[in-house]
Amino acid sequence: MSAATLATRGPIRLGLVGSPNSGKTTLFNALTGLRARVGNYPGVTVERREGDALVDGARLRVIDLPGIYSLSPLSPDEAVVTRVLGGEIAEVPPPDGLVLTVDACTIERSLLLVAEVLRLGVPVCIALTMVDELRARGGRIDLERLSAALGVPVVGVVGHRGLGLGELRRLLPHPERWSQPPLLPPSEPRERDGWLASVLTRVLVQRPGPSRSTELIDRIVLHPVLGTLLFALVMVLFFQLIFAWATPAMNAIDGAVGAAGEALRAALPPGLASDFLVDGVVAGVGSVVVFLPQILLLFTLLHALEDIGYMARAAFVVDRLMGRIGLEGRAFVALLSSYACAVPGIMATRTIPSPRQRLVTILVSPLMTCSARLPVYALLIGAFVPATTLWGLLGLQGLVLLGLYLLGATAALGAASVLSRSVGRGDALPFYLELPPYRVPPLRLLAAQVWGAARAFLRRAGTIILGVSILLWVLLSFPRTPAPQGMPPAEAARVALEQSAAGRIGHALEPVIAPLGFDWKIGVGLIASLAAREVIVATLAQIYAASDEDAGSLRDAIRADRDPRSGRPVFTPATVASLLVFFVFALQCTSTLATIWRETNSWRWPAFAFGYLLALAYAASFLTHRVVSAFTS
Amino acid sequence: MSRFVPLSDLPVGGRGIVVALDAKPALAARLTALGFLPATEVRCRRRAPFGDPRVYELRGSQLCLRRSEARSVLVELA
Repeated sequence: MSAATLATRGPIRLGLVGSPNSGKTTLFNALTGLRARVGNYPGVTVERREGDALVDGARLRVIDLPGIYSLSPLSPDEAVVTRVLGGEIAEVPPPDGLVLTVDACTIERSLLLVAEVLRLGVPVCIALTMVDELRARGGRIDLERLSAALGVPVVGVVGHRGLGLGELRRLLPHPERWSQPPLLPPSEPRERDGWLASVLTRVLVQRPGPSRSTELIDRIVLHPVLGTLLFALVMVLFFQLIFAWATPAMNAIDGAVGAAGEALRAALPPGLASDFLVDGVVAGVGSVVVFLPQILLLFTLLHALEDIGYMARAAFVVDRLMGRIGLEGRAFVALLSSYACAVPGIMATRTIPSPRQRLVTILVSPLMTCSARLPVYALLIGAFVPATTLWGLLGLQGLVLLGLYLLGATAALGAASVLSRSVGRGDALPFYLELPPYRVPPLRLLAAQVWGAARAFLRRAGTIILGVSILLWVLLSFPRTPAPQGMPPAEAARVALEQSAAGRIGHALEPVIAPLGFDWKIGVGLIASLAAREVIVATLAQIYAASDEDAGSLRDAIRADRDPRSGRPVFTPATVASLLVFFVFALQCTSTLATIWRETNSWRWPAFAFGYLLALAYAASFLTHRVVSAFTS
Repeated sequence: MSRFVPLSDLPVGGRGIVVALDAKPALAARLTALGFLPATEVRCRRRAPFGDPRVYELRGSQLCLRRSEARSVLVELA
């Protein structure tokens, strides 16, 4: 193919192929900088990353393909590689050449993949990575002999330090000039094993010894007792950081969004436009941006632990435990993250290779008690559970809160156990996990990965969250009822809410939720809490015309509220218990639903998650209401 | 004790030479891709709490397998 036809045909397309942990992503970032486009392959949830590079005036498009051990696919990730290389995906034309990353330290295994890739007959050049590590471990590979034995160009590189990149860049624009093997490696097993042994004896001058630092660290990290303790410590810290560090940032964002709204309201003439901009758009944008601290923090920690090499060890330590509920070690981190918020938790399931186990983890993660439930629990427990101590040291309120956390976790484990036997069945993916040597991740790589994840969240889930927030604003503000002259503003807001579409839906819902002990006011709160669980607190405050400033006033108002027909309190112990239990189970969170939609690429799974959790919530609340009523009446 | 045992029976610190794979085609193909070729030396390095999974060292890499998968690899004690 001449240079002229290449120029008219657009950039030269290069596929980046290699096994997991072979330095593929580092090389991708070194070649393309931070300009990767992240998306999904059509029809599957496999991440698609492409980046451009300009070398000697030639435009290159580098396609970072998922890490693979073999071209016979078991998982959807691997299937994507096979399909891209076979030109079976219309949106991704087959690459003009392949850059194959091979970890120099594991060449004895990686040559198997090399043989498979060479047999494709596409121009291939090999980037032999981690050559610095190989040398440090006393190993030696003869690059010239390797190139001669395979018949393709071989370049030794150290991606994060830029070593060998110049030589590689000079090769990249001309895949048509790369040498091709005169004879393809054999495919018949016996012949292939012979080929492998003969290449290795020629090129592997000295086998690398064990990595001493990795051996030393693993003596502690993988120790049956110390390793388990360390795992527990890392997970507690992980959870604490996401929970404690993100909260101030989230409060700051909340405050800033509120202030921006007020400033906008002051600047605009009062009316529908101002209400829409402040309560609909600004609040909606705020409800997206407020997740950013958690997402940034979560992905920084996840990628750091992954790149250092700890994540695989953590999965190893906890695999037995997770295996009991049909999941594997890597699901643990996602479930733990969901304690802070299900949105980052669901995004953390990307580390689980088996699609079915990933799906089960996604479906149960909303059951972990997220931080948005806390304001609801705090209001109800504060108002109705007496602040007494049991046996002199345990606060009853704290015990009830702990009980709610435990109920959520138990339900998640139970649901995982059931779902992995139904939804997750027929999973052909065997469990295997490579423990890479410990490595210090380059900060640039970490930053690029975190930035990519945050941008993807804003674009994919953010748009839906914003849309639903605006829709809920419409339901809560239309039709509009003008307040009679002289009515206090709090009272006017209450009337407007009762007359709104959401208020009417609340009334219409009453027969359905009455068996749970809920009246129409709680119904409106449940509808509003679809935006985010904690919104029910603000909505109840509006219904009870309680001032937002005084947290105690809402507590008093709901304590004092009585049913106008019977004269009995609305919030009986049975109703409070039932509402608490409802919030343990129900998926009252459009952000979570939007994230599930984006992460599974289908409406089916968010609908299923919403449905089964609503059914669970309804059943559990109904039972709770009955049982508590029987004991308290 | 027979010289031929499933990999899952290899004690921690023990060495074996891969003799054959006794698994369904998909698993056998994957184990091959992971380096379990005939005549490959495998060492059992560590076990997780409660004994499962285990870490094996072969062909320059450390690989963690559950008992259910390691059972499919037949090794000759070395």
